Amino acid sequence: MAQAALRSVCAKALFTSQPLRLFVVPQRCHSLTRPLLKKEEVEVTFVKANGEAIKTKGKEGDSLLDVIVNNNIDLDGFGACEGTLTCSTCHLIFKKADFDALPEKPTDEELDMLDLAYELTETSRLGCQINLTKKLNGLEVKVPSTINDARSS
Amino acid sequence: MLRCMSHSLTIFGRSITTSAVHNKGAKICVVGGGPAGFYAAQHIVKAAPDCEVDIFERLPVPFGLVRFGVAPDHPEVKNVINTFTKTARNPQVRFIGNVSLGTDVSLQELKTAYHAVILTYGAEQDKTFGIPGESLSNVLAAREFVGWYNGLPQNKNLLVDLNDEAVVILGQGNVAVDAARILLTPIDELKKTDITEHALAGLASSRVKTVYLVGRRGPLQVAFTIKELREMVNLKGCSSVFEKRHFDGVPEMVPKLVRPRKRLTELLVKAALETEPSIDTSSKIFKPLFMRSPLSFQGSTSVTGVELGLNSLHGADLENQQAIPTGEKEIINCGLALRSIGYRSVCADPSIPFDNKKGKVINEHGRVEKGVYSAGWLSTGPVGVILSTMSNAFETGANVVEDIKKKVLDTTESKPGYSSIRSKLDSKGIQVVSFAGWERIDEEEMRRGKMLGKPREKITDVQEMLQVADKGDTIAVKG
Ligand SMILES: Cc1cc2nc3c(=O)[nH]c(=O)nc-3n(C[C@H](O)[C@H](O)[C@H](O)COP(=O)(O)OP(=O)(O)OC[C@H]3O[C@@H](n4cnc5c(N)ncnc54)[C@H](O)[C@@H]3O)c2cc1C
Ligand code: FES
Repeated sequence: MAQAALRSVCAKALFTSQPLRLFVVPQRCHSLTRPLLKKEEVEVTFVKANGEAIKTKGKEGDSLLDVIVNNNIDLDGFGACEGTLTCSTCHLIFKKADFDALPEKPTDEELDMLDLAYELTETSRLGCQINLTKKLNGLEVKVPSTINDARSS
Repeated sequence: MLRCMSHSLTIFGRSITTSAVHNKGAKICVVGGGPAGFYAAQHIVKAAPDCEVDIFERLPVPFGLVRFGVAPDHPEVKNVINTFTKTARNPQVRFIGNVSLGTDVSLQELKTAYHAVILTYGAEQDKTFGIPGESLSNVLAAREFVGWYNGLPQNKNLLVDLNDEAVVILGQGNVAVDAARILLTPIDELKKTDITEHALAGLASSRVKTVYLVGRRGPLQVAFTIKELREMVNLKGCSSVFEKRHFDGVPEMVPKLVRPRKRLTELLVKAALETEPSIDTSSKIFKPLFMRSPLSFQGSTSVTGVELGLNSLHGADLENQQAIPTGEKEIINCGLALRSIGYRSVCADPSIPFDNKKGKVINEHGRVEKGVYSAGWLSTGPVGVILSTMSNAFETGANVVEDIKKKVLDTTESKPGYSSIRSKLDSKGIQVVSFAGWERIDEEEMRRGKMLGKPREKITDVQEMLQVADKGDTIAVKG
């Protein structure tokens, strides 16, 4: 947990706009980030329900939720439980080939939460459970709409 | 200054320019500070950056069922509070606690003060069976029991007698499972949560060994979700015991089902037919019972048992079969019975268009009447999880913004907003609680929790909340 938090602080310091670099944080960050610095950037594109494509980058080992948070990508309601596998708001839809190539298969707990997601597909995963690898460079995922067209109400 | 603004806009380049609405500062109020209220506000202030949104909440504390419903052993679910807090701290948003629609302020007053009113006050009334014995002591609504362990002020003095070995819970939804899990979880696990001290004391001396979860229909119709079932099946020191006969033909059905029912049924079948319960004498028992409807509660002053009528299932559509009574009856002895068969909203103000039969506000996609909207459980009925509430509240928020854009709402007319409501509240001597006031309560609760070795000890008394909140508290009246 603490490590994940630190990792995201470091990733922020490395990626977001300049001012952060001036902060004293890197002191503590440095030793921890040394192995991180070797990690490669991975390009990811998020395609919103309205077709808008957001091209961005993450680091190896980041989860897709980290990528969205660290890059300030503004997706309404995304990641409500902050990666604790209790909400399914981080639902993403993969292309079949990418889905099959994902290094880790979903756990029962991930599938349990996915069961509650809207627009569930055969190639759906929860973004907080997918960690980037070099192989995923160029990944493109679809972000389902958060506004379900309330047929149920 | 201007350069600075445009700079920050490019850095954090959101869709502000595309979805921005020129609304000359619409004044909007939300009634009910639960997930629906906060998500609706979040959507509106983002899509219409010159709107002001005031959130009125009956209690001095925000977050609705995230604070008072979500189980104490599910702290991760409460992470949504971080997002709500961000919304509350947005300069366009003002939280105003301790103000109740219907008693402190009327819908008409709100309509006069604001361009739009969004009703998000939830569904708090529990449904009853209307059968003999329902008013015996120790026949409680599961929601009251939940309110008791979660520190809801109105339930803090609830008498929960846990001296009998058996508890019957009527209903098979997630709230029923939450109640069962809290009754069956080892006390040392509960001690680490923010469960109230009074509930912890009651549960520490509990004699409860078996919790029945009674449903009208069969395994294919249960309403709880798979995550909650998996937790019960894996619960430490507790065995899940099923009646195998109710699973005849169910395994054969699994391949024909679709998610989520498919995986849920798979797990039920596995737990019921493929796992031998290891029952040693110290083990507690979780026992779902199918195809039974309550006929009466037995006992003279306090409940001693529940009389159940047995049902059979009919209908070609196996997932939607109907329960028909067979005429057979049985009695299950117990010292506590919890009713968990759903909720309804109350009509908080006589001028709200309200469907008394369904127990919700009459609305179409969150539109109630000109200038009045609804979202969340009040709007959809009490179904679904925070995700569905969020989706619904975003939809209502989007409709409000669309109505501003299309000039369905006349925002050129100047409205007084909070200032006029505030003077009415002042004249009635009502102490309001700002978000900063809530943050003082929050801090104090965490301080008290720390002394007890838990994340938080909730303040359960409204007067005490008001005292803690009121340390030089003011809510700015912006006009
Ligand atoms: C016991 C229980 C456990 C749950 N657990 C989970 C879970 O683990 N995960 C999950 O995703 N979902 C869970 N849910 C569902 C979730 O809580 C709901 O989806 C969500 O809270 C509904 O939001 P809402 O804003 O419509 O209503 P509420 O959360 O009920 O909010 C309504 C607010 O309005 C206020 N109010 C009421 N009357 C008035 C009035 N007259 N004037 C002003 N304010 C008023 C109330 O005090 C409250 O703060 C649970 C629900 C229950 C009942
Ligand atoms: S962020 Fe909640 S499940 Fe992924």
